[in-house]
Amino acid sequence: MSRVGASGRDLSEVTLEAVRENEVVMADLSIHSDTLEHQAKVAQAHDNPQLAANFRRAAELTALTDEEVLALYESLRPHRSTGEELDATARSLEGRGAVLVAALFREAAEVYARRGLLRH
Amino acid sequence: MNSEESSPIGRFRFMNAQSVNLDGFAIEDAKLGLIAFNSPADPQPSLVLGSDGEVIEMDSRAASDFDMVDEFIAKHGLDLTVAVEAMALSDLDFARMVVDPNISRTEVLRMAAGMTPAKLARSLSRLRPIELGMGMAKLRARRTPSNQAHVTNRSDDPLLLAADAATAAAFGFREIETTVPVLADAPSNAIAVSIGAAVGSRGVLVQCSVEEALELEMGMRGLVSYAETISLYGTEQVFIDGDDTPWSKTLLTSAYASRGIKMRVTSGGGSEALMGAAEGRSMFYLEARCVALARAIGSQGVQNGGIDSAAVAGSVPGGVRSLMAENVMVMARNLEACAGNDALMSESDVRRTSRTLPILLAGADFITSGFGSIQRYDNMFGPSQWNAEDIDDFLVIQRDWGVDGGLRTADEGNVAALRRRAVDAVRAVYRHLGLADFTDEWVEQAIDAAGSKDVLESDLLTPLVAARIIRETGITMIDVVRALYETGFEIEASRILEMLKARVAGDYLQTAAIFDESFNVLSLVTDPNDYAGPGSGYVPSPGRQTEIDAIRQQRSVADLRAEQAVHRSDVFHLVGQANPGSDPREVVIGVSPAVGRDIWLTLSGLTVVEALSELLAGLEEEGCVGRVVRVNATLDLGMIGLLAARLSGSGIGIGLQGKGTALIHRRDLSPLANLELYSVAPSLDASLYRLLGINAGRHAKGATPEPARNPYSDEAIEARYHTKVVALVDIEREHVNPDSGIEELRVEL
Repeated sequence: MSRVGASGRDLSEVTLEAVRENEVVMADLSIHSDTLEHQAKVAQAHDNPQLAANFRRAAELTALTDEEVLALYESLRPHRSTGEELDATARSLEGRGAVLVAALFREAAEVYARRGLLRH
Repeated sequence: MNSEESSPIGRFRFMNAQSVNLDGFAIEDAKLGLIAFNSPADPQPSLVLGSDGEVIEMDSRAASDFDMVDEFIAKHGLDLTVAVEAMALSDLDFARMVVDPNISRTEVLRMAAGMTPAKLARSLSRLRPIELGMGMAKLRARRTPSNQAHVTNRSDDPLLLAADAATAAAFGFREIETTVPVLADAPSNAIAVSIGAAVGSRGVLVQCSVEEALELEMGMRGLVSYAETISLYGTEQVFIDGDDTPWSKTLLTSAYASRGIKMRVTSGGGSEALMGAAEGRSMFYLEARCVALARAIGSQGVQNGGIDSAAVAGSVPGGVRSLMAENVMVMARNLEACAGNDALMSESDVRRTSRTLPILLAGADFITSGFGSIQRYDNMFGPSQWNAEDIDDFLVIQRDWGVDGGLRTADEGNVAALRRRAVDAVRAVYRHLGLADFTDEWVEQAIDAAGSKDVLESDLLTPLVAARIIRETGITMIDVVRALYETGFEIEASRILEMLKARVAGDYLQTAAIFDESFNVLSLVTDPNDYAGPGSGYVPSPGRQTEIDAIRQQRSVADLRAEQAVHRSDVFHLVGQANPGSDPREVVIGVSPAVGRDIWLTLSGLTVVEALSELLAGLEEEGCVGRVVRVNATLDLGMIGLLAARLSGSGIGIGLQGKGTALIHRRDLSPLANLELYSVAPSLDASLYRLLGINAGRHAKGATPEPARNPYSDEAIEARYHTKVVALVDIEREHVNPDSGIEELRVEL
């Protein structure tokens, strides 16, 4: 499990030779969602439920591209998104199974509205 | 009071000129947030839960009045299963739990997890400095302490960055932070530092501190192996001014984890006051909000201890104490503590040492979050608390106290070789990837440089162009690995690949994770701190203890012998047994047993022969005759002088020890008395020995001697010379032979 990258490739195949042959991509060197779930359990066992929650959100984000993740980050910054946009993002994330990240967006939508952090 | 204002008396004018008086000190002003602990405006701790268990009041604020920081903490940052019990604990009871080595870390953390920011702040504010130390020793997450270095330079010179990164790794740093005076250079810096670090050691983590989104992007491309400057603030206004919210930071935190990249957040007391938005609260309370937020967000660790605003904290009473308390608070929340001690908070060497020392002695996950391993002028974060000029100091202090601050002595030859290899590797990779071509001159200058001022060949366009190409062609760290491999740097290629592969395993995402030199993860999980009083907790391994003790300045008696032997000469010739003389103008010079045998150089730097020739010349100036004898029965200067005086026709003798101490004696005096004594051998010079000879001559003739001005020095004579004295006395003792008589020596000058 923790020997397999997000691409599904086993680490034993990621050698210097493979790199030289242009066979290795960043997704081979990225963590797999199953590994993040495992690390979440370890964090939980070491008295850090919030770190575990972080890893579980991260597990959902492994399915998104770098550009998508960066765009999600941008959209949560002050005055970047309207309430509707944040809710739409939440729905879209739920549709892709990223329910924990979606919950973050729903929560943000509600708080931002109250604190004047939305874009108008 | 600055040094330009006139002071009525010289003593105060002198004091005004001292460097600590360049620091800024503020009268406590709670309204401006210039207060370390317990501002009147700090809220009363409180936690009220509603009927469905959600928080309806926290720290005297109703949920309906929560700002976004309150909101996030209330929703995510409190363990509500222990909150009632934790909030009911008295401040002193919790403070005692922190200090008492018999109360486990786990137990302390359990309570802290249910405490509101105001509660934790108020309780920890009760701890005195020594108690903070006891708390820190127990509460840090990782057993083995470590240290982080800054590696930057004014020119973003990739060759110098690599050489300095290799150097930092050689000195034991396990994390390296770089940054850029020119933002666009960032990817080039990340690559150059990563290559240099890989040359220096396996498993050194590298970050490039820039703007949040850019840093994440570089992480995604593998150009950095961790991130740190994900900033948090204690007030809503300052947070928004920083263009983020707790939710965006949460997404960012998870984004790093989603790629398997380690990260920690950054906060630090004083930042809100510095930005004029402290809302009248104390620095420590506001920092408590940041730390609660860090925990709520799900970061594994925090860099705090003032950081860029450390000097603001340092300006108020108890401010330095609050900086250490911040680190303890992080540890109490089961987070990795990267303990500040980075931004320079004082112009005074004495004061900046005092700020760090208690943390070094107690031990943190990282003693500093940015030891400036380069020179001050090259530190693009601004000078650090500790810089290249302080590395030997830090190593010596580790040894003085017998503590592990993460650093080790690096052998000069080894560092030179590492610097060369690092520079060669970057040159090869940059050429291979079409990023830049470095001249031979630039290479040689970077290797030998003590700083960027020594690299005249460097130009600012090179890293800019390189970075642009990296960005535009989408170069990732995989390309760098390939380039290293193809240009013959297989070791470095495999080290960087290994670091990338660590993302897949995810073990280094856990709390307080570093890699050791065998690429084992040391973290809360694999290397938990188990301090529970004397005899427990972290102890350096024998190898590590040797590293700490074996500083490059330490000398053995064998080293000293070798130093002495260099000055050996054949001017001394043994004549035979020394007999009493009858010439009233004769002054006998008695030398110690090791003279002419194993001691040739005195402590002042003059050779024994030079000292002797001055004594003899002084005697000659007074129309006297000098005769040299060697006493073997004792090394005592008084006795040597007296024995010489008794052999002397005039009744006057000179005693001279190999280390350089000398006196004038007279045959009728008791051994410990003398006519004149030079006791501080390191301060002597040729003219003083000449004068001693002249005065001995005058004593012999019954004339008036000239007073010798005791040589003045504000050197730390003892610190400089006492170890040598011990060794020299030991050598003398070897030659002491009570059965040998006094030998007459002929000295051929």
